[in-house]
Amino acid sequence: MRSLILRTVAPLIVGLMVLFSIFVLLRGHNEPGGGFIGGLIAVAALSIYGIAFGVETVRRAIVFHPLSIAGAGLLLATLSGLLSMVFHVPFMTGLWVYPVILGEEVPLSSVMTFDIGVYLVVVGAVTSVALSLEERGED
Amino acid sequence: MEPVFALLTGIFLTIAIYLMMSKFIIRMLIGVAILGNAVNLLIFTSGRIMREVPPVIGPGLDVPAGPVANPLPQALILTAIVISFSFFAFLLVLSWRAYSTLGTDNTDEMRVAEPDDAPLPPLGY
Amino acid sequence: MSVADLTFLALLSPFLGAIVAPLLTRILGHNAAWVLALVPVAIFLHFTGFSAEIARGEVVTGGYAWLPSFNVSFSWLVDGLSLTFILLISGIGALIVLYSGGYLKGHPHQGRFFSFLLMFMGSMLGLVASDSFLMLFVFWELTSITSFLLIGFDHQREAARRAALQALVVTGGGGLLLLAGLILLWNISGINQFSLLTAFAPQVKASPFYLAALILVLGGAFTKSAQFPFHFWLPNAMEAPTPVSAYLHSATMVKAGVYLVMRLYPVMGGTAEWQIILPVFGGATLVIGALLAVRQTDLKLMLAYTTVSSLGLLVLLTGFGAPYAIEAAALYLVAHSLFKGALFMVAGCIDHETGTRDVTRLGGLRSAMPLTFAIALASAASMGGLPPFFGFLAKEEVYTALSAFDGRAITFAALVVVGNALMFSAAFAVALKPFIGKRVETPKAAHEAPVLLWLGPAVLALAGLAAAFLSGTVHTLISSPMASAIAGEARAVAISLEPHVGMPLMLSVLTVVLGIGFYLGLARLRAGIAAVLAAIGWGPDRGFDQVMRGLVRLSSAVTRRLQNGRLDTYMTATFALLAVVLIAPPFLYGELARAPVFPQDIPLHELAIMAIAVIGLVAVVLAQDRLTAIVSLGIQGFSVAVIFLLYGAPDLAFTQFMIETLAVVILALVMTRLKLSPSDRRPLRETLPDAAIALACGLGATLLLLKVTEAPFDTTLSDFFNHYAKTIAHGANVVNVIIVDFRGTDTLGEIAVVMIAALAILSLVRLRAGSLRRIADNDPDAEEASR
Repeated sequence: MRSLILRTVAPLIVGLMVLFSIFVLLRGHNEPGGGFIGGLIAVAALSIYGIAFGVETVRRAIVFHPLSIAGAGLLLATLSGLLSMVFHVPFMTGLWVYPVILGEEVPLSSVMTFDIGVYLVVVGAVTSVALSLEERGED
Repeated sequence: MEPVFALLTGIFLTIAIYLMMSKFIIRMLIGVAILGNAVNLLIFTSGRIMREVPPVIGPGLDVPAGPVANPLPQALILTAIVISFSFFAFLLVLSWRAYSTLGTDNTDEMRVAEPDDAPLPPLGY
Repeated sequence: MSVADLTFLALLSPFLGAIVAPLLTRILGHNAAWVLALVPVAIFLHFTGFSAEIARGEVVTGGYAWLPSFNVSFSWLVDGLSLTFILLISGIGALIVLYSGGYLKGHPHQGRFFSFLLMFMGSMLGLVASDSFLMLFVFWELTSITSFLLIGFDHQREAARRAALQALVVTGGGGLLLLAGLILLWNISGINQFSLLTAFAPQVKASPFYLAALILVLGGAFTKSAQFPFHFWLPNAMEAPTPVSAYLHSATMVKAGVYLVMRLYPVMGGTAEWQIILPVFGGATLVIGALLAVRQTDLKLMLAYTTVSSLGLLVLLTGFGAPYAIEAAALYLVAHSLFKGALFMVAGCIDHETGTRDVTRLGGLRSAMPLTFAIALASAASMGGLPPFFGFLAKEEVYTALSAFDGRAITFAALVVVGNALMFSAAFAVALKPFIGKRVETPKAAHEAPVLLWLGPAVLALAGLAAAFLSGTVHTLISSPMASAIAGEARAVAISLEPHVGMPLMLSVLTVVLGIGFYLGLARLRAGIAAVLAAIGWGPDRGFDQVMRGLVRLSSAVTRRLQNGRLDTYMTATFALLAVVLIAPPFLYGELARAPVFPQDIPLHELAIMAIAVIGLVAVVLAQDRLTAIVSLGIQGFSVAVIFLLYGAPDLAFTQFMIETLAVVILALVMTRLKLSPSDRRPLRETLPDAAIALACGLGATLLLLKVTEAPFDTTLSDFFNHYAKTIAHGANVVNVIIVDFRGTDTLGEIAVVMIAALAILSLVRLRAGSLRRIADNDPDAEEASR
């Protein structure tokens, strides 16, 4: 689909959607949202990008192979769980730190990195499926 | 509200199962997709229905201010949605592959693994 | 190391030997036999150490707890009966290992053969040493399996494969009967150890399940010991290399059934059933085996059928129930192992040196193989019951047991005399015919067998002679303890070579005279039996083939019916069952939901969205073209999302929106690529039953939900999550806290599943068309050829 209008607005929409997906991911712990939803929004963004510019462009844009992203997410999620072992508490126990960055107290936790892992797995896995199916459609 | 949901779930399940008993893979796939929704509704209903109040704790509070929707079925369904999508996608690609290899989406004609005229197993020793 | 540990090690050592045998044979060649024979020799010496205790009438027991909660132990019992068996197994085993070294010299799989042989030895030792029922059963089936491996050793011949399978099916199947019988005994007495069972003999005999237990146990014993009509597997087992025939199929394994009958004699023996079933089957086996033996011309087959016959005699004696019968059985069992093992090895020597074992193509070998001839004669004399050999003592004792003047004794005495006379003629047909007369051309130029081949039979033949002269010592150490163990009370065997005139001697003479007559008229006898068999035309051996073929046909017919390869059949069956499971129980148990109360105040927009969902569903079913179906699928999906949103589940709603969008997109992506036939509608005769089943499932789910939701809701879990989400897990969105924190490990598993699904999809998409076509052919040969 090489529509001029789509190709013009696509970068803007995609950029906003990816930003929004990260916002949904990070606010997930306190408001509706989270890794699953955020990941799916990012996938939708990448799909639109793919429809506008073709699969190859998307692959170049995300630099890594989508399954590598998913694998990294799975690794990150597992490590977030394993981190608690270092502190002699059971696997997957949530750990929190509150560093002060730029005068603002920022809550960081292993739960958050776990959710980021979930986000990456969903982005990677579903994008991989969508891209490989679209790719087949082109040839 | 639950009786209405019970009825709705029954309708979803009926349609899903009817489609899954088709001979044609695409219809079965659509049936599988609907079955996912039917089961999600089943879980949702079993956890009781509560209108409009999401299980989110308001700022400055430690527990929800009033009664809220049951969070547990929601957590179960959320992951179930993503997983059933993964399987739906897998089944879809699988049937597409089967179609492009065998040239049919009629399961009666997909007889590679269990051919109609399979010979008897060897009778000797 | 205690004696118990040493005994355990002795029982284990054949299996250890089996592990090193292939490697040892690769290094030492056939001379590995000399090393491997040390294993049975060591076992023999270890258990000889118990003989003084056993002779005093004591028993040696020991063991370890195995399944303490079921009161099952790994425990052994060494008394006169098992000691005799252990000494025979290990003693003859050592000779057989040496013999195999010579017999299979240069065979590419000699190491494997040694390995199987030692495994068998270990299983057989375990069988006769077992005290607990389950241990006996395990070893019993292990002997069947190792026997299968040994018979099928030459697996490239179909006859060997068939014989191996037949032996496994018959003896392994019998083993299952035995298991059932032992469990019955266990149930009756509450005891699962032979050493403790004897005390419960009256209880067992009085039990209403006695006959059932007896028949089941005898089913195991008779199949293992080749009693008529299960005798057919034993001659076929002669497809095995000769050392196996000599060891398993004459001296040891086939006696396992006899062993079992003897072991259970104090518990189950002496009843009317026992004294009818055993002698009748034993007597029939004795005569039929002997008749079939003289009919054969193959040396090994003749010996095999006489083995069947001898086993019949042993069963007959164990069940006969007269004075001296048990003593006779004990003596005959030992004598038979000695002479039959030797004769088999002699037959193997002849086969090995001349290239044939057809008695009509052999003759005049006495000058070429004088030593073999001497061994053969000595063994045959023992088998024929001639003095001064141990077989003579055994036969005298047999006739002593049978010489009474009632109808039963006279009938069985006549049977035994005829059977023994036939065996006599068969013995000399094997031991005399090939050696005397004119020299006949044989496939190989005959000369004396090498030491490894003649050592074994020579030792056994000499043992048969020595045992007769040293009968006092043998009786003290072996025969009397064994007879006492079988009888369950002290028995003393006294028979010796000293002349004693009486009924038994007369019967012996009669047997020899008859036997010489049969020997002289062997050709005519053979023709006569062949004619009778031809007239019958059917035997259990052919019946076995028919049963096996019938089994294959039946199972493929059943499979084809149940698994017809049609997906919609499976689906229909599955959902029909689901409908039954959902609908039937509430009606059966009267747990139907009350009539539901539908709320009257549902806002219009909620009803509307539900109606849209239902319309979407109906549209999916009714859609004529696929694009409509896909769009309708999207409609119902989005309606569900809205429902989630309206009922307090925004997380679900957003996820559902995204997923439904993606699902519709990829469905459309794939569908546009399929060139599907325009019409995929079901005919009405399929639609109606399908719709009925689907409706039943839907109705069932509705009823279930109504019933579930009318019960008061247990809020424990929800309260827990609501209370602690903020205070412990520092999150306000309870759903998200559950997903990433409370139930984080579940989520970890779930994202792993998503990842795996993506991997699977990617590999399916990336498959090249060519590789798929190869799978589609489903023909391994074609695949092989195309490489």
